[in-house]
Amino acid sequence: MTEIWVYLSAQPLLWLTLTLAIYLLAVFLHRKSGGLPAVNPVLISVSILVALLLATGTPYQRYFDGAQFVHFLLGPTTVALAVPLHAQLKRLLAMSGPLLIALVVGSLVAGLSAYVIGAWLGASAPTLASLAPKSVTTPIAMGIAERLGGLASLTAVFVILTGIFGAIFATGILRCLGVKDEASVGFAMGLASHGIGTARAFQLSEQTGAFAALAMGINGLFTALTLPWLLPMLAPLLR
Amino acid sequence: MIAALATLLAFQLAGEALRAALHLPVPGPVIGMALLLVWLVIRRGPGEPLRHTSGTLLQNLSLMFVPAGTGVMLHMGRLADEAWPIAIALVASTVLGIVAAGLTLHRLTRHQEDAQ
Repeated sequence: MTEIWVYLSAQPLLWLTLTLAIYLLAVFLHRKSGGLPAVNPVLISVSILVALLLATGTPYQRYFDGAQFVHFLLGPTTVALAVPLHAQLKRLLAMSGPLLIALVVGSLVAGLSAYVIGAWLGASAPTLASLAPKSVTTPIAMGIAERLGGLASLTAVFVILTGIFGAIFATGILRCLGVKDEASVGFAMGLASHGIGTARAFQLSEQTGAFAALAMGINGLFTALTLPWLLPMLAPLLR
Repeated sequence: MIAALATLLAFQLAGEALRAALHLPVPGPVIGMALLLVWLVIRRGPGEPLRHTSGTLLQNLSLMFVPAGTGVMLHMGRLADEAWPIAIALVASTVLGIVAAGLTLHRLTRHQEDAQ
């Protein structure tokens, strides 16, 4: 038994299979709950996997050797977002003015408030630099954090925690404010919680998902262009 | 399905190439998404295989965040040391971002939606 475990746990196949199986279990639980946002598939999968890796003393790197095949799909899937965007293109273009204003307001608020609140509560400089780009999609956020002196892998964690939080609470928060239209809900979810918010938005409807995908894409672009020079200007004011 | 996957990968590759050549601050897949969108406008929409494969991938977008998310185990120490500043900054700024973006768009488009 131990021998089989020692053999299998060193193979990429084991962790790839477990990643898919645990995700399927998480999706099953999500459906069973009637699509409750709090029963988030990413949150459940990550919790089970971390517990399993810690319990078996498996290093993350060995896990990732298997899971990287799933991780790789993030690239082509990001490209695939062009399809729902194209389906909603007319509507997006008709609203381009309001969308751009909402982008600038939302992006600056999401990024700068993380830095200001974190600094005010005494978080360390690398943590702050890793926290600021948390609302944008993982690869962009990691690139921005590195330029600001943050830690790329810590940023990936903040990005995912932000995504899970937004996916769980965005619809509830917006409903309290009387915001229920698909465009605004989708746009807010994609802007503040990138791909994980977008995944949740696609569960609501294709329209909501398309606005989320658009917000995720343009916020990634906008944040990458503004945050690296805005934050160094802001930082001295907070000391 | 293979043709659709090849299309997606080809646009990702084009995006990566463009990023490297022009030193763009945006990752290759996001540029690939923009290029594919332009292509779809020219072609007047995706073919059925691309529509189907994209739909399948996007329905499982959550899955693709699991491997990176599991990386949380590497940062348990820092997360524990700075738990409160991190948790408050992350939650508060995300709520503010959601409210700012959602309310702005809602207020600006309310009249437009009403008119429809």
